[in-house]
Parts: sequence; structure tokens; C-alpha cells
Amino acid sequence: MEAIDHNSHAHATPHRDDTASKIGMWLFIFTEILLFGGLFIVYSVYRYYNPVAFHIAGEELNDFVGTLNTIILLISSMTVAMSITAIQKNDKKLALILLYTTLVLGIWFLVNKYFEWGVKFEHGLYPGSVLLPKLGTGDTMFFGLYFMMTGLHALHIIAGMTILGFVIVFIHKNKIGPDKYVFHENAGLYWHLVDLIWIFLFPLFYLIH
Amino acid sequence: MSTDNYVNFFQEKQGRKGIWTWLLSTDHKRIGLMYLYSIMILFMVGLTLGILMKLELIAPGRTIMGPQTYNGIFTLHGIIMIFLIVIPGLPATFGNFFLPIMIGAKDVSFPKLNLFSFYLYILGALVATTSQFLPGGPPDTGWTFYAPYSFKTSTNMFPAVLGAFILGFSSILTGLNFIVTIHRLRCPGMKFMKMPMFPWTLYGTAWIQLLATPIVGITLLMVIAERFFHIGFFDPALGGDPVLYQHLFWIYSHPAVYIMILPAMGAISEIIPTFSRKGIFGYNALVVSTMAIAIVGYFVWAHHMFTSGLSMVAQFTFSLLTFLVAIPSAIKVFNWVATMYKGSINVQVPFLWALSFIFLFMIGGFTGLVLGAVATDIHVHNTSFVVAHFHYIIFGGMGFAFFAAMHYWFPKIYGKMYSKTPAIVGWALFFIGFNILYFPMFILGLQGMPRRYYDYLPKYASLNAVSTIGSWILAIGFLIVVINLIRGAIKGPKAEANPWEGKTLEWTIPSPPSLENFEEIPEIS
Repeated sequence: MEAIDHNSHAHATPHRDDTASKIGMWLFIFTEILLFGGLFIVYSVYRYYNPVAFHIAGEELNDFVGTLNTIILLISSMTVAMSITAIQKNDKKLALILLYTTLVLGIWFLVNKYFEWGVKFEHGLYPGSVLLPKLGTGDTMFFGLYFMMTGLHALHIIAGMTILGFVIVFIHKNKIGPDKYVFHENAGLYWHLVDLIWIFLFPLFYLIH
Repeated sequence: MSTDNYVNFFQEKQGRKGIWTWLLSTDHKRIGLMYLYSIMILFMVGLTLGILMKLELIAPGRTIMGPQTYNGIFTLHGIIMIFLIVIPGLPATFGNFFLPIMIGAKDVSFPKLNLFSFYLYILGALVATTSQFLPGGPPDTGWTFYAPYSFKTSTNMFPAVLGAFILGFSSILTGLNFIVTIHRLRCPGMKFMKMPMFPWTLYGTAWIQLLATPIVGITLLMVIAERFFHIGFFDPALGGDPVLYQHLFWIYSHPAVYIMILPAMGAISEIIPTFSRKGIFGYNALVVSTMAIAIVGYFVWAHHMFTSGLSMVAQFTFSLLTFLVAIPSAIKVFNWVATMYKGSINVQVPFLWALSFIFLFMIGGFTGLVLGAVATDIHVHNTSFVVAHFHYIIFGGMGFAFFAAMHYWFPKIYGKMYSKTPAIVGWALFFIGFNILYFPMFILGLQGMPRRYYDYLPKYASLNAVSTIGSWILAIGFLIVVINLIRGAIKGPKAEANPWEGKTLEWTIPSPPSLENFEEIPEIS
């Protein structure tokens, strides 16, 4: 986002500061982590209040899909990192292939998520359902947090894919190249953040029983 | 100073026409002024709402409005004043305008992001405003949106909360921009420990904006999720905990008080030495106390919740930390007074505002200690004592510093000078009106008058009437000040480049500054 902020004054001395762009991105990532941090605090509090209910509710989740999605995101982080190296080596074609791969992996993640959520809805395990209040407040809270946190994460996946879409457009237009790739790097950083948040969500919901 | 071909930033059109020279400009000075004008307009709205509230309270019983309208008005007053005025307050206006100049830079690091923050601010303001007009009625929770009422009420909470969320995002991006600017664009020789106090306080503020705002962001999202999907985060019926909402809310909203007051302290730290014709006393201590306030300010939030059922240990800890944060604030007051000591004082309008800032901030600070101690806080909790304390700190502190900064930097911004006599008369009425308005509320609070009620017992009548009269004096003072400033900006006499003999970089360039601020990036020896 920040990388395109150069040359703001048409006639001014061109000012370009890649380090500033990267610091800006890191600071933004920091705020994103704190945003999720609020939810992690809420999760910890309610897990502490309802240890048994969270244990039982956690077993409702499909470990296989969760693991698959973790692997998908880890691979997508790798392809994004590789695409940056490719653009640094001026291999435009390879960079684009790797970026499209990342997008496909992102979509695959969302498709899995869609089916996973669908199953939960079929079983009546969603906020506001008839069944959930009958199971007790612990289960209500577990699934409320599950949908809120994975939902907000899914929105971040979509945001990340949009940014990567811009990277692809900029590579096509040669606005990103071997001597000017800080936007690409920042987009990659953001994608790693999305990946990182999932790395924390995965054990919290799927693995800790 | 200025040569024939000198073009200032007002004249520089950057190839745009009419209103677009403002709306599309990424020049930090124009963006700062756009914030300034928006804030002044909104401030008049907020002030009018405040005067209407005081008018309702002029006598017991229903005077001009019923309870639901009163609830709506104090909520809107709070939302406008907090989220739209005092949080962006000094950083977005004078910070935007003067931060790059004071550190010897041509602009902020991300000028487009800066403009984007401004539009997020406008969007947030518009979204929050729609809450007043949609069917359902204006929100009535107060600006704190306390759960569970905030998702039980049938009023338009969603636009109000979403507006606050968007404004938070705008605040984060401004903070981010300032941090990067200060790290990357200081001119050669401008070491961190040579930076003037105003940029320093903006730096501390920017970190608070960055680290605290996301927490309220997610909390507001949870309130929205709660309203639409009935998740139950804060709903006791579904196993949620409303006190958790209070914690999350104040984890942001207490540090937000320092977002409001730190830049105000920075502006005062520029004004006092200039008019004492002396260097600031104890620069290092001021820098350290700025960062200390920013850091310790994080760990005091639960002093807003002493009556919410915290454990004794938590009450004790948060009370202790609250007393700790008073120390750096006191250091600042000491240093300002010590700067004046044996100085050659030049009493000008900005100096009067700065002096009254110190006076009001002291009263606000001392009454804050009453609220920071658990035993006395429980006595005055939710009374008008709290309202008086808060207004002494925020309005008497940040508000007065805002006008001090306005009168201090006015000749630099516009290259013109306002008239001195009306400025002093306006200030005097403002100051007197302020004290008549808020001081009785301390006494009323101690006598037990609750806040946020449109009615009260007859025994509180006389002091309430005094307080209402104070609000009129304040309003007259405010009008004189603003009209005098507008008149000065339009047809005031030309001001010199350095009318106050200031020592910081903004006084070395012509007024108004050129688009690029400096012809050549200065060097500090």
C-alpha cells in the first residue's frame, strides 16, 4: 500500500524510501496482531471459565480439514516468498506463476472453510441457532469465538488476495520490477501475517482438547 | 524574507482547480488545515449540544427536553467530542502541519496515506452522523457503548459503533505515518535528543495510537457481531461477561486520554520557552516523562472500573499505577514553571492560553488523584465530580492547548496576524466561563448529584443554575475568539516570519510556508 506513495508532488524531487515503506508495513502488521490479540484475550478468558465445554466442543471440529488448511497456507507463504526472489532475479514469468499459485491456494483454503462452516450450520452449531443454547453457555461461547475468529481471518485472507492481485497487475504493467519491488515485499509480509494468525488459530480450536 | 517569485502553499495549485486543490492535495499543510476546519465545525456542533444539556439542567424537572432526548444528546456530544475532536485534535491539525517542518522535512513519509486517513476521518464522521437520522432513534448509551445495554437498546447503535471503528482506523494510520516520518525524515543533525518537544509528544502519541486503538477496534467489532449474530461475548444470559467489555474498552480508552493530552503538553512545551525567552528547563526530563506517560498510561485502565467488582488486589494495583502516572505529569508542570522562572516574559495571547492550560490542568490533575484513590473514587463515582474532572483535563487541558497552539502558530500558517485585544477579551471570557461552568460540578458531585440524568433534586438547583450561566459566558468567549481568528486570517495585517522570536525550525522559513517547506533541507549543528 505504502510503496505507491512516491512522487506525490508532480514537480518535486522524486522521493523514494523503501525502508520507510517496510517500517510502515511492519507497524501495520503490529496493529493487526493486536486486533486479533483482543480476540485471543477473550478466548483465554472464556476457555478459563468453561474448560470442560471447550474441550468437548473442540472435538466437534474436523482436524483433517484444519491440518489441510494449515499446510495449504504454509505452502502459499512459501510461494509468495519465492515470487519475491523471482522478481528480484528479473524472472517475471516465474514470479507470476508463483503468485497465481498463491491465489489458487488462498481460494482452496476458503473453499475448505466454506464446507467446514457448512457442516457446522447443518449440525446447528452456529450463533443464534436453536440447538446451541441447549448445549450450554460454554459451547455457545466456543462456537461464537470460532465463527468470529475464523471469519475475521477469512476476511484477512480475502484482503491479502486482493493485495496480491494488485501485485500481479503491477508486475504486468512493469510497475514492479527487479529494482522496485517493495510493494511486492510488503504484500508478501501481509500474506505471512495472515498465515501466522492461522498458525495460532489452528491449535487453539483444533488441537487443544 | 520573501522574494518576488516566492510562492506559498496556498498559492501553489499543483495543476488542480477550485476545490480540488484542497480535496486531492497530499500536501501535509493542506491536509492539516482540512482537519482543522472540520474539527472547528464539529466543535461548534459539540459545543451547542453541551449548551443544550446545560440548558436542560438550569432548573429541576423537564426544562427543554425529555430523558430520551437528553440521553441521545449526551451520547452524541461524547461521540463528537471524543472521537471526532479531541483524539485527532492536535496531532491531525498542528501535528500534520508542523511535524514535518519542525524536523526539517518536506512532507510526511506517506503523503497519500495521510490524505486517505483524512477521508477515513470524514467517512467515520458521516457514518456516525447517520445514527442520528435513521429510524430507531439516536443512540443512548453514552460514548462508552457499555455492554450489555449497547446491544440490547433498539436505537441506532450500529452506525455509531461502526463510525467509531472507522475513526480508530484513521487514527492508527496517522500514528503510523508519524512514527515512520520521525524515524526516516529528520534532517541531518536532528538527533532524537535534539528534536523539539512537540514532535516528541507526537511520537509518544503515535505509539499509543498504534498500540491501543486496535483493541477498541476489535471490541467494537465484537459489539457489532453481538448485535447481529447474538454471539454472547458480553451477554450474561449466554455466558458472556459484561465486565470483560469494560476491560477491553478501557484498555484503549484510558491510553486515549494520553493521545489527547500528550500533544497538548507538547504544544505548551513550545509556547512557554518562546514567551519566556529562555530554553526549556529540563529537556531530558520532559522527553523521559513523555515516554513514561505513554508507557505507564497503558497499565492504569481499570481505575475506571473500581465499582465494577474487581478484586482487592486489582483495585490496589491499578490505584498504585494511577498514582505513578501522576509523577511524569507533575514533572512537566514543574518544568514549565521552572522555564518561566527568571525568564524575560513576553505576555502575548498564546502565553495567556498556555498559562491557563497549566492552571486548569493542575486542578484536573489533583481531582484526578481523588478519583485514582479507591476509597474516595467509590464515593464520587458516577457523579458530576467525574464530569468536572474530565472536562478540566480534556477541555481545560487539550482544549486550551489547542487554542494556545492556534494563536501561536496562526501567523506561520496564514502569514497574517489576528487582533490582540479581542483575542484577550475572548480568552478571558472563555477562561472565566469555563470555571463558572465546571467548578460547581465538583461541589455538586461531592454532594452526590449523579451524572447523565436530565433531572435532579431541588437542593442542587442553585449551583446548576450557576453552571448553566457559565456555559453561556464560555460560548460568548468562544465566538469572540473564533470570529477574531477568522477575521485575522482574511484581512489581518501581514505577519513577520518570526513574530514571537521562536527558536524552532518552522520560524526560520517564510510565512505561509512554501509547498516544499524548505528550499534546501536544513542542517542542525
